[in-house]
Amino acid sequence: MTAPGPRREDFGARLSIDRSVPGRRAVDVPAWHGSKTSLPDSSLLRDSLRLPEMSQGELVRYYTALSERNYGIDSGTYPLGSCTMKYNPKINDLIASQPGFADAHPQARAEDAQGTLRTLLELRRGLAEVTGLPHVSLAPAAGAQGELAGVLMITAALEERGELATRRRILVPDSAHGTNPATAAMAGYTVTHLPTAENGSLDRATIEQELDETVAAVMVTVPNTLGLWEQGIEEVAGLIHDAGAYLYADGANLNAIMGRVRYGDLGFDVAHLNLHKSFSTPHGGGGPGAGPVCCTEELAPYLPTPVVEECADGIVRLLAPERSIGQLQQFHGNVGVLLRAYAYLRALGLDGLRAVSGQAVLNANYLRTLLHGHYDLPYDRPVLHEVVFSGSRQRRQHDVRTYDIAKRLIDHGFHPPTVYFPLIVPEALMIEPTETEPPEAIEALADALIAIADEAAEDPDTLHGAPWSAPIGRLDETTAARRPVLRWQDVKVSETVSRLSR
Amino acid sequence: MASPHPYIPATEADRARMLERIGVDDLDALFADLPAAFRDPAIDLPPALTEPELIALLADRAAENAAPSRPNFLGAGAYRRSVPSIVSHLVSRSEFATAYTPYQPEISQGTLQSGFEFQSVVCELTGMDVANVGLYDVASATAEACLMASRTTKRQAAALLELIHPGTAGVVNTYARGAGLRVDVVASPDELSDEHACLVVQQPDFLGTIVDLEPLANAAHDVGALLVAVADPFALGILKAPGDAGADIVTGEGRDLAGAPAFGGPSLGLFAAGLPYLRQIPGRIVGRTKELHAPDDGEPRTGYVLTLQAREQFIRRERATSNVSTAQALIALGFTIAVQALGPQGLRQSAELCYQRAHDAARRISALPAYDVPERGPWFQEFLVRGPMSAPELSAALSEREITGGLDVSNRLEPEARDALLFCVTEATPDAHIEALIEALAEIGDEV
Ligand SMILES: Cc1ncc(COP(=O)(O)O)c(C=O)c1O
Repeated sequence: MTAPGPRREDFGARLSIDRSVPGRRAVDVPAWHGSKTSLPDSSLLRDSLRLPEMSQGELVRYYTALSERNYGIDSGTYPLGSCTMKYNPKINDLIASQPGFADAHPQARAEDAQGTLRTLLELRRGLAEVTGLPHVSLAPAAGAQGELAGVLMITAALEERGELATRRRILVPDSAHGTNPATAAMAGYTVTHLPTAENGSLDRATIEQELDETVAAVMVTVPNTLGLWEQGIEEVAGLIHDAGAYLYADGANLNAIMGRVRYGDLGFDVAHLNLHKSFSTPHGGGGPGAGPVCCTEELAPYLPTPVVEECADGIVRLLAPERSIGQLQQFHGNVGVLLRAYAYLRALGLDGLRAVSGQAVLNANYLRTLLHGHYDLPYDRPVLHEVVFSGSRQRRQHDVRTYDIAKRLIDHGFHPPTVYFPLIVPEALMIEPTETEPPEAIEALADALIAIADEAAEDPDTLHGAPWSAPIGRLDETTAARRPVLRWQDVKVSETVSRLSR
Repeated sequence: MASPHPYIPATEADRARMLERIGVDDLDALFADLPAAFRDPAIDLPPALTEPELIALLADRAAENAAPSRPNFLGAGAYRRSVPSIVSHLVSRSEFATAYTPYQPEISQGTLQSGFEFQSVVCELTGMDVANVGLYDVASATAEACLMASRTTKRQAAALLELIHPGTAGVVNTYARGAGLRVDVVASPDELSDEHACLVVQQPDFLGTIVDLEPLANAAHDVGALLVAVADPFALGILKAPGDAGADIVTGEGRDLAGAPAFGGPSLGLFAAGLPYLRQIPGRIVGRTKELHAPDDGEPRTGYVLTLQAREQFIRRERATSNVSTAQALIALGFTIAVQALGPQGLRQSAELCYQRAHDAARRISALPAYDVPERGPWFQEFLVRGPMSAPELSAALSEREITGGLDVSNRLEPEARDALLFCVTEATPDAHIEALIEALAEIGDEV
């Protein structure tokens, strides 16, 4: 028996606004001693503003407490499949925050921003080398925006060929990330889903059958979301081109193949990369990221604005390609993220990049081997950067879902893997250890998952109630969606929402 | 036997042990699926650098930019702000910075609860009912607003009021093309018709003027269109909340309150809307809820989750409201902390200080013999300056004196912008920089 402790605070119930005490403040604003200009007409002004009033120390404690209720890569292993949660080198942050870079104004003349621009130029060249696609725009803010850029470039090329009116379909594998079909739809295309064959690659027969003069492009993730190489993709590329369509690479999984094989060499026309994955920039709790788009000579005129070019006078400038699809950002993209990615590229060099992909693949296969037999493995073959197990057996035999397994892993001190994705694997557990985990961490992760598989048989209720050691227990997501409370002021959202919902 | 790199822990011995356990002879065997003809191509990259070498290289690079101490009067979408010191300290905490999208709420309450704080702050500032946790930047947020307006009104055209930032207009055009939306730039709301899904207006406008949103909202509503206000959240410290003036959607740029301009990014797109549009909002939304089960020692506790996800790409796929996934969460955190540190008084005082200092600087410039500050109505922090020479010449003359003048807007159509530079002075522009500018302008004037 342990003595009853003091009752735990319901931390989440007390937001900043609930901690507010009128008259407190965290900073003082300098007084204005000059001559005063009267403010605009009061009809243009606000008369009140509700914000918390907290002292500086209280605010720092509040957000420090919040940070302690979070789990980052620096907290421990974070094997979130498809997201490449590798260690984020601290020097990259240091470099991006140097005042010379941080204070650069986006409207500055090129001559006044050569340090930033030359660095971006070299990043551009480096990414062209790594992807084998010679032309690059660094503008997209994340992977999904890179996808939109790539698809709109294809639109522009088809328009130029006079085939836009007829080529209205984009083919997307059923294993694709949700952003791929969403992007295709946003760009105005109809999506046709391609089934995955038994070996985990695209089904060649279906592709051949679907490829016709209505197809604008095929979006393929390489390596795919099963962690597998797309078998024969270089031949599929030929078929796609013969049919007059373009081949798009979702390069979110570049980490597995960096320095070993290149999208351009395989016949891809355009690719986006996720620098917040393969190039180690911090994920920030959901961004900022960067999703550069790389392409062939043929598509280069359509790249989003700006592209970084060195001009004849030796000055590096931001230019608009001649038939650019236009801008994606008010300014030039997530430059702070791009500087970090550049630092990473320079810290590694080619040998380093090859060591990264090699170790990422070795780690995933090590985990695959350690867990083999304990969970179902629908595609049972060597993998690249990640491995997708299935919790089907646990579900069938013990009524334990992948959801429960993931929650129980939290009690073992790990961030759970990606779950229920890709959609083609039932009860999917998509695990990507990344190269920055030592073998001991992978062994510990495997031990934990094996212990959980045993527990599923012996004590399923412990899994059903997990996590037991997190700052908070399982949350009621159904009520959250049904009666949404989305801000401090408890707007009477719920009734209105149920009235409005379709 | 060493590990290959400080970022990669496995040593040669570790690798040998792992390969043996896997049951393959070497690493190459694991890459056997890759087509041999394309394996290990020649790749031309500069050699790896150690940490001290990297720091030295990039310190030199940073020094090739204009010195941060150089007086700079550029605004036009990016503004130097007095960011409270606690912001960079707190956003650097790696529990925030090295986490990802909060898919596992039990160990992501930090990101989620601060997301809820962010949504609340954005709603208070904009006067709207609901906000998401942020999009890429103001321009893409505005483009998403146009797409959302088109979805809800089932109309296929968006109207942009002139004097929207050219970058924002550019991005709206890019997104509109994919969605098959026509974009009309209109000089006045009289040009609106029942084909328009929305009227987009920037507050303050591109030349710095404060806009009366109410008549524009009425004009939009009269033809059944939505009003999208693209508002500077800092100016909203004193300006009327667009929601109170009738806006249906409000977007904005949050980067400057969260930190340095960083050559424009990372940025932060604010996105808020009226309740009727809740199910059409793009991006992630955090909701408040309770634990499913009470802990042993009491009542179910309060927590936060990503909610209303049936709008999103990972569930809806091609029928999602947007393709956005990774956005700008860490910048949103910085924005939230900055606004809360300033608090209700501080934000107003800071915005007022910005207003007073900008107007004072403008007055001093217009008092110089050869200069004119043409006004277009009430304004906030940006003003036009016409000098004794053409705008590019004035800009170059300032540059020679190590001063970055305002943005050259002389080729715009507005008569006040002819021959003018658009200067920006904020609460964070150092006094010494303003003195240097006045002196330089006077000198340039004398020389002509
Ligand atoms: C395979 C794949 N494609 C695309 C994306 C989208 O990238 P982002 O989140 O940067 O928009 C992701 C990750 O979210 C991904 O894992």
